[in-house]
Formats: sequence, C-alpha cells, structure tokens
Amino acid sequence: MKNGTTNILIVGVGGQGVLLASEILTEVSKSNGFDAKKSEVHGMSQRGGVVSSHVRFGKKVFSPLIPKGEADVVLAFELAEGLRWAHQCKTNGVTIVNNQKIIPTIVSTGEFSYPDSPADKIKKKNPGARIIDAFELAKELGNSRLVNTIMLGVLSQYLDLEEESWITVIQRMAPKGTEELNKKAFFEGKKLKN
Amino acid sequence: MEMLLSGNEALARGFYEYGGEFASAYPGTPSTEILQVMANFFKEDIYSEWAPNEKVALETVVGASYGGARSIAVMKHVGLNVAADPLLTLSYTGVGAGLIIISADDPSMHSSQNEQDNRYYGKLASIPILEPSDSQEAKDFVRDAFEISEKFDTPVIIRLTTRISHSKGLVRIGKRETVVHPGFERNVEKYVMVPAYAIKRHAIVIERLEKLKEYAEETNINKIIWNDKKVGVITGSIAYQHTRDALPQASVLKLGMGYPLPMNKIKKFASEVDHLFVVEELEPFYEEQIKGAGIEIEGKKYFPSLLELNVDIVRKGFVDAGVMETGIPDSAKTEEAILPRPPVLCPGCPHRGIMVTLRKLKVFTTGDIGCYTLGALPPLSQIDTCLCMGASIGHAIGIEKAGKTKKKIVAIIGDSTFLHSGITSLASAVYNKSSITVIIADNRITAMTGGQDNPATSKTLMGEDTNAIDLPDLCKALGVEHVKTVDPYNLDETYDTLREEIDRDAVSVVITNRPCVLFPKKIKDKPLKIDTDKCIACGICFSVGCPAIFGSGATNDKGKSIPTIDPAMCTGCGICAKVCPTGAIIEDES
Repeated sequence: MKNGTTNILIVGVGGQGVLLASEILTEVSKSNGFDAKKSEVHGMSQRGGVVSSHVRFGKKVFSPLIPKGEADVVLAFELAEGLRWAHQCKTNGVTIVNNQKIIPTIVSTGEFSYPDSPADKIKKKNPGARIIDAFELAKELGNSRLVNTIMLGVLSQYLDLEEESWITVIQRMAPKGTEELNKKAFFEGKKLKN
Repeated sequence: MEMLLSGNEALARGFYEYGGEFASAYPGTPSTEILQVMANFFKEDIYSEWAPNEKVALETVVGASYGGARSIAVMKHVGLNVAADPLLTLSYTGVGAGLIIISADDPSMHSSQNEQDNRYYGKLASIPILEPSDSQEAKDFVRDAFEISEKFDTPVIIRLTTRISHSKGLVRIGKRETVVHPGFERNVEKYVMVPAYAIKRHAIVIERLEKLKEYAEETNINKIIWNDKKVGVITGSIAYQHTRDALPQASVLKLGMGYPLPMNKIKKFASEVDHLFVVEELEPFYEEQIKGAGIEIEGKKYFPSLLELNVDIVRKGFVDAGVMETGIPDSAKTEEAILPRPPVLCPGCPHRGIMVTLRKLKVFTTGDIGCYTLGALPPLSQIDTCLCMGASIGHAIGIEKAGKTKKKIVAIIGDSTFLHSGITSLASAVYNKSSITVIIADNRITAMTGGQDNPATSKTLMGEDTNAIDLPDLCKALGVEHVKTVDPYNLDETYDTLREEIDRDAVSVVITNRPCVLFPKKIKDKPLKIDTDKCIACGICFSVGCPAIFGSGATNDKGKSIPTIDPAMCTGCGICAKVCPTGAIIEDES
C-alpha cells in the first residue's frame, strides 16, 4: 500500500459511528504527512439508512471516491453491510466485519428478508475476510457505541500509521468524557487476532 | 497551516478570510453547514441569518451588497428556483460590494427531489459561474468570485455539488483581509429597474458578458495540465478529479469558470490533441457550447447525464470510446443485491402519530418537503404527492376543485416549509373557498436538514432570542375560521379532531404540537417493552414503521413473528402501545 493511494471503505448503518471513524482515520493519515480525502453523503440517507464513507490517502489524491474493486480494506460495522460492500475490496485486500445484525423495519414487516449466513457469503467473496466480535467486546467494555473505535483498532493492524497519532486524534475527537474508554477500545481492537 | 475541511467548511472559511460580512440562507442539503460554520466560528466578523426562504435570502443579501458589505446567499439547487426572480434582474443592477450566490447542486439526488444542473442559471442570467473541484478551490474561488464580482459589477455563482460540499480535503489556512467599501450611493439608473432604466442595464449586461469572456481566456482559474496529447479532456468540478484518476496520461483543460467559457483557449487545446472529450456531470452544458463553436468533441455519447459520475463511470466512457483498454477489475463485478434500508421516521418522531391517524381515516394526502415525506414509504404508505417546497396546499386545492377524487383531501406541511412557501397557498385556499384540511406538522425546528431555527422557533442563527410567529394566529389572520391544535402522541385526540375537520365544508387547519425528538435537544423517555404473555404476534406494531421495533427471532405457535423493542432506541412515545390491540406494549421497569 505504500506507493500510490491507500483506499479504506468504512460502511455501516446510520448511528453506528461510521462518520466519526472515517473522520478519525482521515485526520490520522493527515498527521502522518499524507494528502487525504474523505467522502460520504449526509442528509436523508442517514435516517436509519446505509452509510458508506470513502477514505483515501497517499502522496496526491484526486477523486474522493474509491474506484470499484480497489479498496485495500473494507471495514464493515454490520454483517449485511459487509456483504453489500465486499465486492469493493481488492483481490489481495481484506474485508473486516463486525459480527452484528441490524434488522431494518422492512424485514419486520415481512417485505424483505435478512440475508442467510452473511459471514459465510462474505468469506466466499473474500477468503481472507475477518469476522470480529466488536459488538460483544464493546458491550463488555461497557458501551455498545465503542464498536467504531474497536474496528479502527483492528484496521490499524493493516496500516503503516504511527500509533501515537491514532491516540492523539482519538483523544481529540472522541465524545467528551469517553476519551479513555475509546483509547482502551482502540487498543483492544489493535491486539485482536483471529 | 493546513486543515482537513469539507467543501462547505472551506467555503465558509474563504468567506471569512476574504472579508465577507453578511450571509443569509435557507437550510438545504447539501448546503446547510456553510452558514452553521460561519455562525459557530466567525460570529465576531460575519453576521449570518436564516431567511424563511431562498428568495428572501437573496433579496436580503442584495440589500447588504448594495449597502457596502461583501455578501453571500447560500442555497441548494432547487432553492435557486425560488430565488430566480431576484437573480435575473440582479444581473441587470449589478452589485454594490462583492456578491456571491452559492448553488449546491445534488447530482444523484441524495437528498433532493430532482438533479437539475444549475450551470444553466449562469447562461440564463448572463453571470459568471465558478466550479471548485475540491475543498482548497472552494476556499480560493471565494477570493476569485469577490474579485470578479467587484471588477465586473456582477453577482457570481459558485456552484458546488454534494461531492464537493461533503468531501473533506486539505486546505491551506490564511488570515482575514478587511475590505473597505463606501456604502450605498443613490443611482436610480442602476438600482431602480423600471423599463426605461432596465433597457439600458440590459445593454450593459451584454457588454459585461463580452468582457467576462475575455477574462475567462486569461484567468488561471481555467488551466491546462499537459500530458500525452493523444487524448485531451475538457472537464470541471468533481468530474476533473475522477478524470485524473481514470485516465492519468490524458491532457486536461480544467474549467474552474463554468460560464462563460474560454472558447479560444478551448479551440487551441482542441487543435493540439488527437482526440477530444468533455467529461461533465449531469447536462451537456459545456458540450453544447463547444459544439456550437464548431469544435469536434465527444461527451454525453460516453458519459451519462443521469446521476453522479465516479472514476468507474468515467473509465467505462473512455473504454467505450476506445481510448482505454480495461474498466473495472473482474472481482468487482459480482455485486450483491441485498436488502435495502430505506430511510424511516426516527423512533419517537411526532409525524408518526399523524401518519397512523391519516391511514386510519383513509384520506388523500398531499405531501411536502420535510421528514414527513418519509410517510410515503411502506409500511406507512400514506403520502400521495410530493413536488416542491410548499406544494402540498396548492395540490390539495387543485385536487379538490378537479372534483374526481372521492377521498377527503388533507395537505401536510411542516412548520418551516409552511413559513417558506405555504402561507400564500393557504391564503389562496381561503380566498378560493376550498374544502380542504391542512395539517401543519409543527415540530418546532427545521428537522430534515439537521435542526435549524426558523421564524417560529424564537431563536436566531446568531443565538439571540427573538419573537416567534404564532402559527394558529397566523392561520386565523389568513382567514381560516377553524384552527385546532393537537398532540400527535394522543392518537384518539388527533383522530377525533381530524375526523371532524375533514368533513367540514371549509378550509381548516390542524396544528400538531410535539417537538422533534432530535433537535434542538434529544428527547428520550422511559423505553417500552413487549409483554410476551399478552402479545398475539398480530404484527400491528410493525405497521407503525418504528425502527426500534423488530422481530425478536421468536415466533408463536402459528409461526408469526413476535416483536421486540430496542430499549436504546425507544423514546417511549407510546404510539405502538396505543395501536396494540391486546395492551402488550408496556413500560420497561428494568
């Protein structure tokens, strides 16, 4: 990933902290001396909808959008979203998925069904995919909203960005009063092996 | 110093750095954050305000510019339709101090009812359009726009798109410059547009456009990046960035000024490359003009007018045109079509009580622009029409007069949308003796765009207290005799009131009085839970479309799904409990 542009696609459902996670990643890549761009769509689509955020960094970044099939990492905060976006991952890239299902109302009303065994399907598309119990881990740490920082910790295993800059940016951008917990969550994610 | 800024943030920063003093806007995605940034960070130097609509915003800004303050009016693309009346004659009067209009277009309609291409307003009004392609340019072009505006005595449109407004990139930060302007000087031939003077001013506009064309030829806002000369591409805005990634070896003429075009520069560029393309998002705006100048070029044949462009679409265009070999990698071609996640009303949203009641009343519902438009989608499926800001009341009048709809007719419009452009329609309903019911869904905020104040909320953008419009009094003043207020969480009261009003042979207004659960502050009461002993798995609670209620995974003996409620999402509004036939939704004491 060192030469050229590094592409990270962060996806999930409105309310999971996708935007904050991508904001943190972009700031960290900036403080490591890279040109960086980040793009997502706000507004109506956020009302319980699909959220996807593109982060690109390198020597010089042009388009803020990652071309199809060129994500070095697809970081998914939800299983069906991991399945939706797995095709965006490079052949030699990695898809990292939080093992959590968020069921939309249209499933409850019977109009659509949630995909069967999404984790298996993701692994079929991307054999190196990792399914992470970030949701369970976040609850163990005392706050289910820590999923995004745990996932950033896992992501950091794949990126050549200084640990210190991750910590500085998390300290600065985490919601007030949750800084220490978020740092802890980041380290928990960083040391996960599976 | 460099900062990571969105296009909107960079633009607000530019307005600050280049001596901006007055800003007005009506909120609209993707433009809303621009004024919020000004109010949050540059309050000491910039006065900013929310206008009730874009026409008022622009007229106010024109006043400030005539009066000697560098000014900016900010709106989304469809907002400029509302402000088109002042815009077209503003072109004739010209400005006082520098005047910028932001048109934030929304290709792909992420949060809009259409994807119109507002570059045509530049041509229509004979005024320049600048098109930044990233956050740095969003800031820099404010400087250029002020310079052009004051040098040529013209308003300038800076056209953003969603991808420019909401993408972040690195921006070099500078200090604020102050600009001295003498202020308003009486000049009736310039500022009073009666026919005799307007005729003279139109001649000046035509002359000005010729001068602007000369400027476009010379300015480095339009620049050439020379590479291999086999393929030359003329492009601008975000399409420039996609083009650089899609075909890095091509030579590029980047148009920072989208109107008027530097036709001599284009001709020269065309003569030096073997194969010439134009890559632009939405309409063939450059293409038509370039072809009109007799230059051979390909554009929309390969690059679609529909939706946003991206690197993949631009690559495909070059592949189809035969100047590039491969498009997207094979691995990316197996896209999974899986469950959609349509936007829904938030848990606790007061609009839900209205939708559930209207569904029960089986009325025809004309809708408007706001969160309640989500009531058109399943499972609520209640809204029948949605066209533009304020249209609900006009629609209701027309459908009733057409006389062919058997159902009773109800218009639903939010507080902010009503104040934006519903008042005059309500006056028309009274004047023209309509028999319709208008619901003003007054949640005390402009919610869909993220919670902005409006003339009924008693706060200004600068954070000051102010007089609030009393909506019932306003409706009565317009001649509505039957005005009632209801609590939309109280389904019985809402039903009984609406039942009575829809049968009335006159205009009636029903105003709901529950605030938005997100803005200005989050509202969360004790969550509810399902009493599984009482639940008969009838599924009626699912039909209120609340994202906090979903299938628990368990089924009853008939295989029907037993619901569960997410306590973290549930606000305790109680609407599901009121529709539950067995009283199985109760307070969660745990």
